[in-house]
Amino acid sequence: MKKRFVPLSFLMLLLATTLTLYAEELQSLRGNTPLSEESMPAENKPWAKDSEPIARNYVQQPPLIPHLVEGYVVNIKFNKCMSCHSWTNYQQNRATKISQTHFKDRDGNDLATVSPRRYFCTQCHVPQVNAEALIENTFKPVEAVSQ
Amino acid sequence: MKTSFKVLVLGFIIGVMFWGGFNWTLELTNTESFCISCHEMKENVYMEYQNTIHYNNRSGVRATCPDCHVPKEWLYKIKRKIQASNELYHKVLGTIDTPEKFEAKRLELALHEWQRMKSADSRECRNCHDEESMDYTKQGRRAIYAHSEEAKKTDKTCIDCHKGIAHSLPANWEQAAKDAGL
Ligand code: HEC
Ligand code: HEC
Ligand code: HEC
Ligand code: HEC
Ligand code: HEC
Ligand code: HEC
Repeated sequence: MKKRFVPLSFLMLLLATTLTLYAEELQSLRGNTPLSEESMPAENKPWAKDSEPIARNYVQQPPLIPHLVEGYVVNIKFNKCMSCHSWTNYQQNRATKISQTHFKDRDGNDLATVSPRRYFCTQCHVPQVNAEALIENTFKPVEAVSQ
Repeated sequence: MKTSFKVLVLGFIIGVMFWGGFNWTLELTNTESFCISCHEMKENVYMEYQNTIHYNNRSGVRATCPDCHVPKEWLYKIKRKIQASNELYHKVLGTIDTPEKFEAKRLELALHEWQRMKSADSRECRNCHDEESMDYTKQGRRAIYAHSEEAKKTDKTCIDCHKGIAHSLPANWEQAAKDAGL
């Protein structure tokens, strides 16, 4: 019993040290600052100015927001995005008309207003800053279906 | 002769005092702290305004409640102040003294404000934002189009496009504004 215990505990010690060593090399986006300490705040990057629509990278991608959205309110009574993107307002504002897919609920029924699962636009559509990607990305779209 | 002169001087002094006092009261009631001394104003509209550009921005220039709601020119100011005594009446009545009552009446109040601003060609906005001094080339792509083409083409004024600039909007505002021609 005792003889078996020694190599076993040795093995476990080995495992624990490799794990801790490995953990030290692991870096999350907040660096390797322990959870109990505050990491250095990232540099504050200004939002990109209004521009033309940004090319999409693949079919079914939610298009990126090519303009400032600071202070745009989306709450239960008011959706600022819709004041330009709704079907009644898009022409006057020269904005892209909100996609028809956004009126379907999850069972495929067409609704008269934006479906609740599409109501909070910035869940999927995001404004941009001029910054380097945090993680390298080698994604390529399937050629047959990319513009 | 002498007494009538004294009366005249006395009258003048009293007149100045009243006039001064009158204007002083006007100024006193033309501050943000006065407006939000009523919880009706503080708990709803003031809270929302704190998240907007006119309260907090990179240059630190603020627009306060009276900047947008009370005209600067004397005559218009007096007119607005007389209208505002209606607020005192509704304060006593408790017309909007709970968040629910406020929400229920909000659209009506907003429509009054839009009406007032539109009929004055957004005078209060223009007190600070002079169209002549706006450099469109420094604005964003959407603003350039709206200000230099859409606004000119359709003869629109600031409040036609910038509703909800300082407060949250009520649910059916878009239809209601359209119906009222605002
Ligand atoms: C003042 C009007 C206005 C508001 C408000 C507005 N947008 Fe836009 N948006 C535009 C215009 C105009 C464009 C087209 C860009 C261009 O051509 O200048 C656009 C483009 C976009 C696009 C890109 C569409 C494409 O085809 O690539 C997305 C996504 C978008 N907006 C999302 C949003 C979201 C989300 C909100 C709310 C947070 C919002 N917008 C609020 C005017 C507006
Ligand atoms: C759950 C994610 C999601 C949410 C939430 C969402 N969208 Fe989209 N949106 C997409 C995707 C994916 C596409 C591209 C495919 C499509 O058309 O459905 C898209 C496309 C669009 C387009 C481009 C339409 C076109 O003709 O190319 C606009 C404009 C748009 N969305 C606006 C909005 C607005 C405004 C809201 C908020 C009311 C919103 N979206 C909410 C995912 C979302
Ligand atoms: C005595 C408390 C009180 C004070 C102080 C007060 N308000 Fe009000 N305000 C009210 C009430 C109550 C109403 C609702 C009136 C109604 O129901 O018609 C109101 C309504 C309003 C409206 C809507 C007006 C309309 O035509 O419907 C505006 C705008 C407004 N207040 C701005 C201000 C500003 C700006 C100030 C500071 C100069 C201010 N208030 C100070 C109580 C107050
Ligand atoms: C007391 C002066 C003052 C008044 C009155 C005023 N504004 Fe402003 N406004 C400013 C200043 C200052 C800024 C810019 C703050 C900054 O960007 O640093 C600003 C910014 C803005 C912006 C830019 C918003 C953004 O997100 O960049 C808009 C739109 C605007 N005002 C519209 C209005 C409208 C509409 C009115 C009338 C209801 C109005 N303003 C009344 C001073 C004023
Ligand atoms: C035809 C509609 C329309 C009219 C009329 C209009 N605006 Fe705008 N304005 C816009 C749009 C759209 C934007 C850009 C979207 C945004 O900032 O949310 C904008 C942006 C702005 C900005 C920010 C500009 C920037 O790019 O930094 C200011 C300041 C402003 N407006 C003030 C005014 C003032 C003051 C008036 C009245 C003299 C006025 N606007 C009239 C539609 C309009
Ligand atoms: C930048 C200009 C601006 C400033 C600053 C501002 N307001 Fe307003 N206010 C408006 C406009 C425009 C409306 C019309 C409704 C709308 O578009 O949101 C309005 C509407 C209101 C209403 C009617 C109810 C509603 O929400 O429509 C009240 C009450 C009010 N304001 C009070 C205040 C008080 C109190 C302050 C100061 C804490 C203040 N406002 C600051 C522009 C302004």
